[in-house]
Amino acid sequence: MIAFILKRLAIAIPTLLVLIVFSFILMKIAPGSPFTGEKNLPPETLKNIFARYNLDKPQWQQLFEYIWNIVVHFDFGPSFKYKDRSVNDIIAQGFPVTLTYGFWAFLLASTVGIVLGAVAAVKQNSWADYLAVGVTIGAQVVPNFVLAPILVLIFTLGLHWLPGGGWNGGKPQYVVMPVIALAMTYMANIARIMRSSMLEVLSTNFIRTARAKGLPGYKVVLTHALKPALLPVVSYLGPVFVGMITGSVVVDVYFSTGGIGQAFVNSALNRDYSTILGVTILLGALTIAGNLVVDVLYAWIDPKIRY
Amino acid sequence: MKLQAVLGLSAGALALLCTTAFTLPALAANVPDGTKLAADQTFNYRVLDNINAVDPDIVEDVDTASVVEDLFEGLYNEDGKGNPVPGVAESYDVNADYTQYTFHLRDAKWSNGDPVKASDFVYSWERAVDPKTASNYSYFLGLAGVKNADDIVAGKQPITNLGVKAIDDKTLEVDLSKPVPYFVRMTAHATLFPVPQAVVEKFGQDWTKPENIVGNGAYTLAENSPGERVTLKRNKNYWDDAHTVLDTVNFLTINDENQGLTRYLAGEVDWTDAPAGQYPTLLQQHPDEAHSPAFLCTYYFDINMTASQPVEALKDVRVREAISLAIDRDVIVNNILQGGQKAAYVFTPPATAGFQSPDLDIAKMTQADRDAKAKQLMTDAGYGPDKPVSFTYIYNTSVAHQQIATVVSQMLKEKLGINMTLQDMEFATLLDKRHSRDFSVARDAWCGDYNEASTFEGLMDSTSSQNNSGYSNKDVDQWLKDASTSKDPNVQYKQIEEQVAKDIPIIPIYHYSHPFLLKTDVKGWPYDNVEQTWYAKDLYKVAQ
Repeated sequence: MIAFILKRLAIAIPTLLVLIVFSFILMKIAPGSPFTGEKNLPPETLKNIFARYNLDKPQWQQLFEYIWNIVVHFDFGPSFKYKDRSVNDIIAQGFPVTLTYGFWAFLLASTVGIVLGAVAAVKQNSWADYLAVGVTIGAQVVPNFVLAPILVLIFTLGLHWLPGGGWNGGKPQYVVMPVIALAMTYMANIARIMRSSMLEVLSTNFIRTARAKGLPGYKVVLTHALKPALLPVVSYLGPVFVGMITGSVVVDVYFSTGGIGQAFVNSALNRDYSTILGVTILLGALTIAGNLVVDVLYAWIDPKIRY
Repeated sequence: MKLQAVLGLSAGALALLCTTAFTLPALAANVPDGTKLAADQTFNYRVLDNINAVDPDIVEDVDTASVVEDLFEGLYNEDGKGNPVPGVAESYDVNADYTQYTFHLRDAKWSNGDPVKASDFVYSWERAVDPKTASNYSYFLGLAGVKNADDIVAGKQPITNLGVKAIDDKTLEVDLSKPVPYFVRMTAHATLFPVPQAVVEKFGQDWTKPENIVGNGAYTLAENSPGERVTLKRNKNYWDDAHTVLDTVNFLTINDENQGLTRYLAGEVDWTDAPAGQYPTLLQQHPDEAHSPAFLCTYYFDINMTASQPVEALKDVRVREAISLAIDRDVIVNNILQGGQKAAYVFTPPATAGFQSPDLDIAKMTQADRDAKAKQLMTDAGYGPDKPVSFTYIYNTSVAHQQIATVVSQMLKEKLGINMTLQDMEFATLLDKRHSRDFSVARDAWCGDYNEASTFEGLMDSTSSQNNSGYSNKDVDQWLKDASTSKDPNVQYKQIEEQVAKDIPIIPIYHYSHPFLLKTDVKGWPYDNVEQTWYAKDLYKVAQ
């Protein structure tokens, strides 16, 4: 197991390097530069700016120095757009916000999704099943860019319970709607995966044996059926977790949370080279880590899997 | 000989006047007697994007400039109509040919209690043109005519050669390389604000962080959460704090216009832009809150005038004129934009201070006459149904740009049989194509850097870096030079507009307005300031 983890970590480094090089090349191919604006800059001014941001050197040297600064100083460079901030600052400011609402959304989506799916499967074809399926289909077909305005309409303009946006240091009333908006679709997906997987497990021989032994229903479900039924859910949860904590553009834009998702999209549109790379590396590293965690969990849940 | 000058007059009128000393009252919040002020003096202002570095020498976007104008103060501010009123300077002298200004500073303090000195301005201006600072706005000092500014930006001279010096702590002398009668207006621009040398040198790039920053404006920076909010609190050391009313100003970033409106309706923000196309409805529903004052910008099409113009027909001025005539601007402003914008036939907005718009034929004709003339011009040029003109129009992706492009292409197709292909692209790509003149016809827009016609007409100079169409006319270049020394520059400005209307390197479409919503308890808003420059210190909230 340890050897497996070490091997995966060793592969992660070249993977990240390839990611950096590819992003760097794509970024440089895109037309425009971080310093093009509605007002064209005089050539002298541009020359000064290029020198300040190290852009006057050959491309390979820029790439090399960039990677060197990350490896040696853990410095992702200055933002080209937000001139009093470094990429480290942008990540340090935006990532905790995203992590907060992403974490709660993940918790909400996975617990409610798993319970809902399990109940629907156990009580198949009962009213509980129909209700659960109805709720999940409803949540699945309403995308978050539709759900977010509906939430605001109800809770902000209608009931005056919650502020319509902002973050304000992460006070609970500001976190509620972003969490719900982000969690709903995932919750529905998890519930549906859980339901079909649970149904499959419940029809297997070892469950029939457990029932034949006379075990009470809840014990059959909790101690025997739940763990194997979770397997497909876990493999889905890995990327979902990474996706959630790395932010949602829709949530960031609509609720003005100041999260990292918005910074990522803005940096691409602004051609803010260093921020694009910094956030890409962060997301890449988190994705690799997330997949590793899923693989380890797999081995723990399913004794058949050995690395 | 030195003259003392009067403020708030056009360049020409300024030249005719001699000595009038002035001691205008301090223009902070002008609260009428008997007004009952609200207990909570917090103003929440919605901004579209992140607030950038609040560093006067490098600020480049409008919203951040609004924050900088509250945190710092220049020699002069703008009043509710956009005219200069004393800021740190109490008065100034200017020589006869407008090439040397001497500013007399008041007893003002930085937010840490230190006095604001003339040397703080010298340091800031030198820093703005220093190649090491690499400011996007370093060109502004050259534009304002400050001696040697362009050479210093280009690295040809040391920064100490900049045409500004502190005679003593209270006297600042500015030498210009050309006559600039409107220089005082330009000192209200953030690039010419002072910065505290000791603080900048101590903290380097981090000096604008809330825990480090020191300013001389009416407010101090309490919080900066990028993408979410910037909070300002009153600066007790500000020289005119006694007249300041608002205690707290929040700039809330809301990227989505409709969400901005929702939060306005929920009472979370006091000011927000009216989302595109919704102004008429909002005006009906909230007649006391919806406003749409003139805004110093023009929306126009660039026609590539250089050899790289791929369409032969567009090199014929008759075809360009026919296109300009056939575009019904009234349909665009009244049916698409619906926000109080004005049809444009000249480049410089008529709302520009001191500018007298020339009387162009195209502006006076009916649309039917314009269409008839356009058809005639196309026939004369040898184009028609058998030989249609085709070109591609490029613009950046946005609903409003697309609507305008679509309706224009229909007008040209129906009236003149022109095939206008629409191509939308990301903003950065459009800028790149426009700058490298890799286009036939392109969307463009320009907002004045200061309230004087040269900020617009300067773009028609063949050497201007903003001259995207590549227009070059020797007479226009000469008139621009003459205008800068002219007693009545309107003579030249008129000639330039007339010449541009004849050559048609650009097709003006509309002059902007700025549709927004403002809560009725907020008073003191400068509706008549066409640059929409506002200072939190001039606002106050009344009890309701």
